[in-house]
Amino acid sequence: MINKKTPMPSLSAEERIKSFDEVALGYTEEMAKCEADRCIECKNKPCVSACPVNVRIPEFISSIKKGDYKTAYEIIKSTNSLPAVCGRVCPQEKQCESRCTRGIKGEPVGIGRLERFAADWYLKNIKEKEERVAEPNGHKVAVIGSGPAGLSCAGDLAALGYEVTVFEALHAAGGVLMYGIPEFRLPKSIVQSEIEQLKKKGVRFMLDMVIGKVLTVDELFENGYEAVFVGSGAGLPNFMNIPGESAAGVYSANEFLTRINLMKAYRDDYDTPIKKYKKIAVVGGGNVAMDAARCAKRLGAEEVYLIYRRSEEEMPARNEEIEHAKEEQIIFKTLTNPVRINSGESGVESVTCVRMELGEPDEGGRRSPVAVEGSEFDISVDCVVIAIGNSPNPLIRTTTEGIEVNRKGCLVVNEDLMTTRDGIFAGGDAVSGAATVILAMGAGKSAAESIDKYIKSKQ
Amino acid sequence: MFKIIEKRRLNDQMTLMSIDAPFVAKKAKAGQFIIIRVNETGERIPLTVADYDREKGSVTIIYQKVGKTTGLLDTLEVGDSVLDFVGPLGRASELEGVKNAAVIGGGAGCAIAYPQAKALFNSGATVDMIAGFRNKEIVILEDEMRAVSTRLFVMTDDGSNGNNGFVTDALRKQIESGAKYDLVVAIGPLPMMKAVCDLTKQYGIKTVISLNPIMIDGTGMCGGCRVTVDGKTRFACVDGPDFDGHLVDFDEIIARNKMYRSEEADALHRHQCMMEGMSE
Repeated sequence: MINKKTPMPSLSAEERIKSFDEVALGYTEEMAKCEADRCIECKNKPCVSACPVNVRIPEFISSIKKGDYKTAYEIIKSTNSLPAVCGRVCPQEKQCESRCTRGIKGEPVGIGRLERFAADWYLKNIKEKEERVAEPNGHKVAVIGSGPAGLSCAGDLAALGYEVTVFEALHAAGGVLMYGIPEFRLPKSIVQSEIEQLKKKGVRFMLDMVIGKVLTVDELFENGYEAVFVGSGAGLPNFMNIPGESAAGVYSANEFLTRINLMKAYRDDYDTPIKKYKKIAVVGGGNVAMDAARCAKRLGAEEVYLIYRRSEEEMPARNEEIEHAKEEQIIFKTLTNPVRINSGESGVESVTCVRMELGEPDEGGRRSPVAVEGSEFDISVDCVVIAIGNSPNPLIRTTTEGIEVNRKGCLVVNEDLMTTRDGIFAGGDAVSGAATVILAMGAGKSAAESIDKYIKSKQ
Repeated sequence: MFKIIEKRRLNDQMTLMSIDAPFVAKKAKAGQFIIIRVNETGERIPLTVADYDREKGSVTIIYQKVGKTTGLLDTLEVGDSVLDFVGPLGRASELEGVKNAAVIGGGAGCAIAYPQAKALFNSGATVDMIAGFRNKEIVILEDEMRAVSTRLFVMTDDGSNGNNGFVTDALRKQIESGAKYDLVVAIGPLPMMKAVCDLTKQYGIKTVISLNPIMIDGTGMCGGCRVTVDGKTRFACVDGPDFDGHLVDFDEIIARNKMYRSEEADALHRHQCMMEGMSE
């Protein structure tokens, strides 16, 4: 048996930094079958319990082996509302693939790649996509936010017969899948076709609806919604609070990525401006930082630095993203921390950093970085992007009485994901703080079950 | 889609539009703003709510042709629609309890100062409205402002309407001749707001300004609109757009707002070259 994953065909680094085209090209049928054959369909299925939405992994892989890709897709879809998205952006190495029996000796089965293959095959080959429209049960549920948590909650509730309306603040549905994750990692057409599928299931989308402003949560109840799911994400950018951070040429990763992804600033046919910078520093070590750095490269920056205060080992980004970033000549400055951004008449001129050392492990077991005295040095840049995390947006909690939050501003929920107010449920980054797409989807799914139970118990 | 139900030229640069947007009209208050996107490839830009009619479900905006988006908006006529019209966003102005106010508008800022004057006047306050323009040709909303103020002073930089001077000259004159304001509202170009704040600080009069910085979403997500107020980072979209003018770091905002100026100039230059049949 082959101990290595079937390699993923991808664009060369030289080729891909010239455009926003998708980097990973996806398996061919032959590759998919070859990789599927590596799955031994072990009885205890450790992969399934390691998946936040419990995709029946050995079963769908078995269908791929037989060449029955449609069934493979349907098996995934039965527990996962967004297969084509998850196949691309899930941190599989930390979830399903981390428990794969094949991983004990050699590399685990490329579960994510197979999931993507099945989803892409379906989107491409099945023209008349059947979506089972459930018998309406006469109950209305409102979902706030159309990111991964909201979409997964809406999809599951619609399947149970609920009349679901998703309220989205921006002009396009998809949340972070649209404004955050770049086109070269997750094509927006894929996101939109997943959303189209939900519409066919009867989910209604209302865009440009900033809940808390246009309508309050209380007004949703007045309008006949019996339960509300808050999946408003973690959209409030954190800053470092260092001198010079408010200068022109310093962006939050949210602003930088939204201009590029949602507003398509990289395309000449769109009006959104983005300045052309020569040297860009991105601060942070997560997937968002990698995305920002790789976008910067594609916008034509000659030098892109990634500044992270811990070492590469502690970086929260997926391995694949780190590898891709390195292939694209992103310059890693680890154990480095910015202390000041220096600007002149024409904007940012440099960022002053200090070197860091790893000290004792903190409560979470991560070694916390300590500044090395007298180690200040400057990196010459004309733009700085801050990608050090996001906090939950306060719009809902400040306009809804009786909703409690913790000291980080995250909504407090019980084991059924109900907030401190009856009938209001929440999940995803709004509850956990910034995390992953799949964890948000898992929360949306659990919330859908709880909402179903809650509404039925009231009858 | 949001239909344009009225379009009226105020001067050669500025235009008023009423948009059919019942959700926004139902909630809008003085001081709040909306985000507009004209078409699929368009930018999202913030514009202040100039007026609203809850019964008709319409919201009035006033724009100045400065960039590509306002230029594009200006090509639309009554009956046409804009793709997105989101709001009301930001916090409403806090005007309760004010008895004696001076509301100052500079140029296009009069469009934003007007609803604040109206709210104050309708709540029973005495309102001195001071409006400043470069010359008398570009004076806008004179009748509207007169209708919502106790006294209206229209100033022109060149004196072409017979009142020569800046808004700060008029304000200083009123204060020195005994006007006792418990609030000054100043809305206009950043240097004007800064000048008003410098003046009112000397007299210890509370002064509120309204900011309209770079932003994308208007919900606190992008952080592009961050401003330093009293040494702390604030987002104009959710914490503002009104701020205590004596605590705002104006120099920082002025620097940030210059950010896209060279791109805009480039775009305009290319456009003009094409119009003149030149090639580069």
